[in-house]
Amino acid sequence: MKQVNAVIIGAGAAGGVVAKELAVAGLSVVLLERGSWYTANDCRKDDLRNQRTTVLGNAFGPDDDRNPRIVVNSKGELHTFVPSEGPYSNNAACVGGGTLSWGAQAWRYMPQDFKMRSTYGAPPGSSLEDWPISYDDLEPFYEKAEYEIGVSGDYADDPFHPPRRRGLPMPPLPPGREFEILGPAAKRLGLHPFHIPMARNSVPYNGRGPCMRCRWCCGFACEVDAKNGSQNTVIPVALSTGNCELRTECMAKEILSDDRGRARGVVYFDAHGHLQEQLADIVIVSCCAIESARLLLNSKSRLFPNGLGNRYDMVGRNLQGHQYTGALGYFAYDTYDDIGPGADIAVCDYNHGTPGLCGGGMLANEFVRLPIHTIDRLPSGTPGWGLAHKKAMRDWHRRTIAIIGPTQQIPTAEARVTLDPSVKDKWGIPVARIQGNCHEHTYEIGDIQAERARKWLLEAGAIDTRLLNQAQNAEKLTRGPDANKARSLSNHSDVVPAGQHQAGTCRMGNDPQGSVVNRTCQLHGVDNVFVIDSSVHVTNGGFNPALTIMAVAYYASASLVRNWKGTGFRS
Amino acid sequence: MKSESDERAEQLTRRQFVAASALGGMAVAVGCRAGARGNWEYLTDGQAGTLAAICDQIVPADQFPSASQAGVLTFIDRQLIRHFRGHQDAYRDGLEQANAMSRNRFGLDLADASEEQQLELVSALEHESNAFFELVRTHTLEGYYGSPRHGGNRDAVSWRMLGLEEPPLLGRAQYDLRKGSPS
Ligand SMILES: Cc1cc2nc3c(=O)[nH]c(=O)nc-3n(C[C@H](O)[C@H](O)[C@H](O)COP(=O)(O)OP(=O)(O)OC[C@H]3O[C@@H](n4cnc5c(N)ncnc54)[C@H](O)[C@@H]3O)c2cc1C
Ligand code: SF4
Repeated sequence: MKQVNAVIIGAGAAGGVVAKELAVAGLSVVLLERGSWYTANDCRKDDLRNQRTTVLGNAFGPDDDRNPRIVVNSKGELHTFVPSEGPYSNNAACVGGGTLSWGAQAWRYMPQDFKMRSTYGAPPGSSLEDWPISYDDLEPFYEKAEYEIGVSGDYADDPFHPPRRRGLPMPPLPPGREFEILGPAAKRLGLHPFHIPMARNSVPYNGRGPCMRCRWCCGFACEVDAKNGSQNTVIPVALSTGNCELRTECMAKEILSDDRGRARGVVYFDAHGHLQEQLADIVIVSCCAIESARLLLNSKSRLFPNGLGNRYDMVGRNLQGHQYTGALGYFAYDTYDDIGPGADIAVCDYNHGTPGLCGGGMLANEFVRLPIHTIDRLPSGTPGWGLAHKKAMRDWHRRTIAIIGPTQQIPTAEARVTLDPSVKDKWGIPVARIQGNCHEHTYEIGDIQAERARKWLLEAGAIDTRLLNQAQNAEKLTRGPDANKARSLSNHSDVVPAGQHQAGTCRMGNDPQGSVVNRTCQLHGVDNVFVIDSSVHVTNGGFNPALTIMAVAYYASASLVRNWKGTGFRS
Repeated sequence: MKSESDERAEQLTRRQFVAASALGGMAVAVGCRAGARGNWEYLTDGQAGTLAAICDQIVPADQFPSASQAGVLTFIDRQLIRHFRGHQDAYRDGLEQANAMSRNRFGLDLADASEEQQLELVSALEHESNAFFELVRTHTLEGYYGSPRHGGNRDAVSWRMLGLEEPPLLGRAQYDLRKGSPS
């Protein structure tokens, strides 16, 4: 196969952005993706099989048959999980990665989120650190992401919003009923509610029409293609340059390196299961936090016996996600309007600045809840089955509001991805093993956030509430078919909740011994390998991460293009 | 004499067969093999009767259909050779145990027991065989409240019951909700 300038592994949020930036700059690019390319035509609204509710599997990969992972609980017991099981910490495997089926909340992190250690000091036992880049470094690239991907919203009422040069390209969608109920209540509490920024067309934008507000958004592809991800924005632009070739159903096995310690290319299994070699001047790893670490660790050679870039045993460490907590409110009247996407109102009052707490997180109302989600979320004391349960479904399904939020995790070096020494996937590649937990202070903050959500719901007139916090999540896990596994694992307190917001495994930093990549996402010690995706996040903000992942991808691509000179780099 | 739920299960089986035949060659071939496997893809008729009794306690009929009336057995049966195949043993053993418990207590197969007896037995099952009960409870509720395409929630009965538009309204005039507009 012809050698190219760049091979990018993973066509997700970050990989798509990098492909576009490099192809537009004139580099020849091969974009490898292990999943398929689904389009709006493949959109199927299935309550039991989507990327959020996986009773019958994931809709957008990876499949359960070929992709196990091992999770180690705090007692040191090993359990095998498949992608449709929660503790697996899946995101997606398709062109667009997570951004095909995401909820599309498109948040900027706050300046403090890049300076967590200098703002709060590192709690003992944690690996809390500052990013080597600041909000100001990223600001122009946030803007680029907002305009090229397409974000609607309105920050006017958010006093905590950091400085920005330009407003968002689209106005928010009109508020739903929950917004009308929660908005005034938040103001009475002295909070500052506003419209969630969303990578969703509220008006025609980028050649595609606006959202038609269906019931099935988060976890599903969009049938009118109004939801913006890398698959319908940057990747088509990359392909239209003629410089980028996308190869789907191609599973990267390892990165090859030469005797001088530089990368030569990638070995991958193609759609027919044949081993192929793609040589390239530079290799870009964009597989999302867990799989990127796995790929580097699987790339062993004489010079890198413990995996590429892993001289100091840093690859895979600091795995993090978000601690999701909140509350459910039950109302005396119908709060449900059947108008998607559902989530529309947020407050940033609790992200920072509470004395004694190392951060916090944004709180927002939840996406449309489907009947399947109400089954185990009825008022406490409701029987789990029988006529009373059926009646409670009728009484409450249309009368709940959920407020939840991603509490920023305090990372630890012990929460990590390693390779399992014996279990392999269907291609014969050693699988990822997940173990360790974030710092316990995270859970304290999460519980406080849940109480705050409850207070907001009560102010809004909820006649009953139920916390969706750590203990409740654990309780939910002890019901259901996998109760035994779950009980011994107790997902939310025992192993780091990484999940769809997984990040941190190839930390960005100036010190080669304490991080994996430098401030431009270049692997320490291997100048033609870059990790560009959620892996490089030093900390993960109190927000959904994807807009930041994309902004970092634009930022790193700009530096890469700037320093590119034919087949090498200016040094 | 046959109990009501037994009759219901049988009716359902017959309906299943008709529906399956309508699907063409493959399905007819399955139908022809009938025997102990009856007209289910995985369950035997006997297992299906026991399971129907349990499912119909989890979602009983009131003015809206019960679990089995809404096709939940079809849902579970289909998935037992697909996504739930890892649970085959649990179902086989669990259903056998439930039936044995019923014979012990009432001298009757669970499917032939009265509604009251079935309720008593399923309550006992919840305590004595919790893992199996939770499995069936979860699958039943998923089938009943999930997407109709998988065989449960036939005709979207549960969604209608919850007051959800069916078929859903798409492309609605969203601007009704703007401040100041008449609503
Ligand atoms: C249902 C859902 C809702 C979400 N909602 C939101 C939201 O509202 N807001 C938000 O900010 N985030 C949301 N997320 C999370 C968001 O999608 C992720 O944070 C983001 O996509 C991560 O970007 P990434 O580039 O790191 O990886 P990804 O987007 O996951 O892309 C990685 C790609 O690499 C591919 N890959 C992995 N390994 C290999 C290999 N060995 N060979 C070839 N290809 C490989 C994968 O298949 C994948 O397509 C959501 C995710 C899901 C699933
Ligand atoms: S709510 Fe809007 S953006 Fe989301 S899937 Fe439906 S139409 Fe698409």
